[in-house]
Amino acid sequence: MSAALSLADPFGVRVQAEPFDAAAEAAAMTRGRVDVGAVVTFAGLCRADLAADGTALTALTLEHYPGMAEEEMGRLIAEARQRWPLLGARIVHRHGRLVPGDPIVLVVTASPHRGAAFAAAEFLMDWLKTSAPFWKKEDRAGSGDWVEAKSTDDAAAERWK
Amino acid sequence: MKILYFAWLRERVGVAEEDIQLPPEVATVSDLAHWLATRDAAHAHAFSNPAVVRAAIDRRHVKGDAALAGAREIAFFPPMTGG
Repeated sequence: MSAALSLADPFGVRVQAEPFDAAAEAAAMTRGRVDVGAVVTFAGLCRADLAADGTALTALTLEHYPGMAEEEMGRLIAEARQRWPLLGARIVHRHGRLVPGDPIVLVVTASPHRGAAFAAAEFLMDWLKTSAPFWKKEDRAGSGDWVEAKSTDDAAAERWK
Repeated sequence: MKILYFAWLRERVGVAEEDIQLPPEVATVSDLAHWLATRDAAHAHAFSNPAVVRAAIDRRHVKGDAALAGAREIAFFPPMTGG
């Protein structure tokens, strides 16, 4: 039984090692209600990038700060609710070892009209990347290195200020 | 004071968490980072470039000038790379 099916509160965050079911999360948010006109579902996946030296990524290990990760993403949802008329917003972020193709993060937003749902989903993803306490370590052909933060991610978050 | 480390800061310090009695002159997050760097070679390595170290007090992001008074848990970590 999927945990998503029993979730009544359309707002919330989860951090988990297990994969998530994006369709089930979106369906749970709108089940039994008729005020939602737009649902946006975004999933971020582990990508098989080649390093500058040509070595392929074999896995990502995601470390997080338990407690703060949930609280920080909860604060982002609270901020999004101040900005847009949302009827639901959920973030699910995985931790642990992930291989290329695996889902990493899910954002689902619901609103009466599409503009708010699109904007809020993008806002949540942009801010999550720079403020939610998660760190990726890359596993490439036996060596491991922490991923460096990107200035393009900071710029993406800053544009919402 | 409970101090937590994440990602490469944790690896360089060698522990995920430590409980340390702070001297009274350590009043801010920056003071603490500088003081920790003087403890041993592992801490010195972890805090060798303060510009790339972020901090949180009681699970909220803070800047270096944030006061430690009343804090229960201080965390140090690199810029975040989730999502």
